[in-house]
Amino acid sequence: MKREMLKGNEAIGAAAIRSGCKLFFGYPITPSTEIIEYLAKHLPKAGGTVLQGEDEIASINMCYGAAATGARVMTASSSPGFSLKQEGISYLAAAELPVVVVNINRNGPGLGGLGPNQGDYFQCTKGGGHGDYRVIVLAPSRAQEMYDYTMSAFNLADRYRTPVVILADGMLGQTMEPVELRGQVTTLPEKNWAADGCLDREKRKIAMYNLTNEEGEATALRLQNKFSFIQDAEQRWENYCTEDAEYLLVGYGTCGRVAKSVVEEARRQGVKLGLIRPITLWPFPVKAFASLKQIKGILTVELNAGQMIEDVKLAVNCSVPVHLHNRLGGMLLSEQSILRKLAEVFHLEVTV
Amino acid sequence: MSLVPVLKRPKGLTEVPFHYCPGCTHGIIHRLIGEVLEELDIIGTTIGVAPVGCSGFMLDMLSCDMVGGPHGRAQAIATGIKRARPDRLVFTYQGDGDIAAIGTAHAIHVAARGENITSIMVNNAVFGMTGGQMAPTSLVGQKTTTSPYGRDVALAGPPINLPKTLAALEGAVYVASGSVDSPKNILLTKKMLKKAFRIQQEGLGFAFVSILSTCPSNWGMSPVDCLKWLRENMLPVYPVGEIKVAEEVKDL
Amino acid sequence: MIDKIILAGFGGQGVLFIGKILAYAGMLDGREVCWIPSYGPEMRGGTANCSVILSDKAINSTVLECADAGIVLNQPAYEKFMPFIKPGGVLVVNGSVVKADHCRADIRLVRVPAGELAAEAGNPGLANMVCLGALVNYLQTANLASIERSIDEVVGKKKPQLREANLQAVKLGMAGGKVNLLCANGLVAEAVL
Repeated sequence: MKREMLKGNEAIGAAAIRSGCKLFFGYPITPSTEIIEYLAKHLPKAGGTVLQGEDEIASINMCYGAAATGARVMTASSSPGFSLKQEGISYLAAAELPVVVVNINRNGPGLGGLGPNQGDYFQCTKGGGHGDYRVIVLAPSRAQEMYDYTMSAFNLADRYRTPVVILADGMLGQTMEPVELRGQVTTLPEKNWAADGCLDREKRKIAMYNLTNEEGEATALRLQNKFSFIQDAEQRWENYCTEDAEYLLVGYGTCGRVAKSVVEEARRQGVKLGLIRPITLWPFPVKAFASLKQIKGILTVELNAGQMIEDVKLAVNCSVPVHLHNRLGGMLLSEQSILRKLAEVFHLEVTV
Repeated sequence: MSLVPVLKRPKGLTEVPFHYCPGCTHGIIHRLIGEVLEELDIIGTTIGVAPVGCSGFMLDMLSCDMVGGPHGRAQAIATGIKRARPDRLVFTYQGDGDIAAIGTAHAIHVAARGENITSIMVNNAVFGMTGGQMAPTSLVGQKTTTSPYGRDVALAGPPINLPKTLAALEGAVYVASGSVDSPKNILLTKKMLKKAFRIQQEGLGFAFVSILSTCPSNWGMSPVDCLKWLRENMLPVYPVGEIKVAEEVKDL
Repeated sequence: MIDKIILAGFGGQGVLFIGKILAYAGMLDGREVCWIPSYGPEMRGGTANCSVILSDKAINSTVLECADAGIVLNQPAYEKFMPFIKPGGVLVVNGSVVKADHCRADIRLVRVPAGELAAEAGNPGLANMVCLGALVNYLQTANLASIERSIDEVVGKKKPQLREANLQAVKLGMAGGKVNLLCANGLVAEAVL
């Protein structure tokens, strides 16, 4: 299949078009801007519309409106801009509207810098906005996955009527790799709930607002049931050399792919190292850890102060030592530094 | 001789009874919109957006499809709906505490883009739902729960006249200031609303109608005194009339 | 086979562009490719760098601690990236701009009079392509034929009139690079290959 050389951000745009996404509302911010630039160039040719909102808040609410009519719609931003979208995402979750939201993570808190970072893990996986809700979070680790997971994101959003976040660090957004533009959505799922005009049916209302606390609880429970179902049904991850692994790396995004190189090198040197690369960050792939009885220790590799490590500890119920190896502020973890850390915390004989 | 009803419930309204406070004029404005939807035969092709605030109750009261959203964001939502479905008519119904405060950025940019939607601002000079706090539209000296000594210009500045502000933007082709304090103004306001929807039907640009309204509960007056207060205090600041009628919409 | 290449210079010297030419060469040869830009605020300050990985196998790590080869188009890039070349690796230097009078003893330094050769190719702005040509001699995963295919794809489609000059610059670079043999004291001595 013909491959196209695309930045990770552009791959997301290309996938959106092939997913039948007809509307994109966004606001420029580094390092996610290529998404709106790519779509501004290509989406109109596919019969769609790109509108640059007056701000991030407008953009996410424009998505809300478009999704309410049943259209496939996407927005994209980077950390500070993603923060601004949180109120809107909470409303999307409450009103059960499918929207794909891309967060190309830069570093924080505050303005931070533009370098690659994974500091938005908590924000994405634990809710982000106000209230009891979760969003599905997909974490690609290469440009092809930026493309493939975007296609999945639209399907998941429609299947569960819920916002889906694609979370990638800036390195993935900016790195250019050959991408197979595979798949083309031709028919969209029917949406018998959309508010698109009541010409030949009863009036519809899209909103989540309850006048009584009893109704409020009933609505909240219905939402929670949906989240529980997703939690069980949609855990996704990649195993790499885990069958006989005695030690385990856990990393997603850029760290997840660097960790693969580490596994290869460690195996070459006789160390039984494996990797679990979470693909869904929420629901966190707890099931991935269930069958790994022979594991002596885990090292999470993260570009934050240690966020995913909490979910890993919960997943193994603290039955094995779980250590953190990380960099902050836009710095990256190299293969060599991970090997050094492995040797140090697990007293392994490896040459770096 | 049998009685013949001369005033029926317009088809644009559902059977849900208004549950606004006694004397509140939201109901009159709802009815005007309901009548316009029926008269233009656009109930099935219209999608309304109401954000947070008393206006949010409207979601159940209009017969067309309705979308509720966050405080201040109705026009952004309406933009999304209109861009997804340009063949539909889209309107927003927002309080002054919504569109002229937290939602101002959208009000300006929707008008600047000439977004082909209709926006209705119900101006009662307070935040109604939260219990009568100062709004950007509160009058100088007006006592509210957050301006207990009266709106102090030195502290809070003078009120915003949003219709005048929006009229300055090229994309706003129709800007009008109405009121529902008297039968005459009610009829005039209905004409404004109808024109605003007609403009959208013709795809001519952004239309905005501000409507002066009362809030007996938060103003702390009887409904009748409220109407008197509106006339004596609000009308001089927000006079009734068409503020901007662009050339292309004059013939409608 | 794998080549990890770092490319650096001033913004406007075409650093990212030669990275792109290498990346397309790899892709058109059916290889796995990564083109990794440095995109931080430093981009605005005038220096630009990117790295390219060309490989026969899936590329996992995109975080380079060291590179097999590099091209440096200006003095600051020379100073900054020389330590990143792994022992036995090669560093191509734009000799028209960079005063390369000191060097590590464990890498090969290739100086090429890129400005002069670019002028000879008909466009002084092609110094980057001349340096790319000088590098191609040392790559495992790309050769003149793959660079030519890449130029056809990247340049030829949009600006066919620039195709020949670009290709000529690469060829001149391939022929015009001089490898410096190094003195024990780290000072560079001239030698002709």
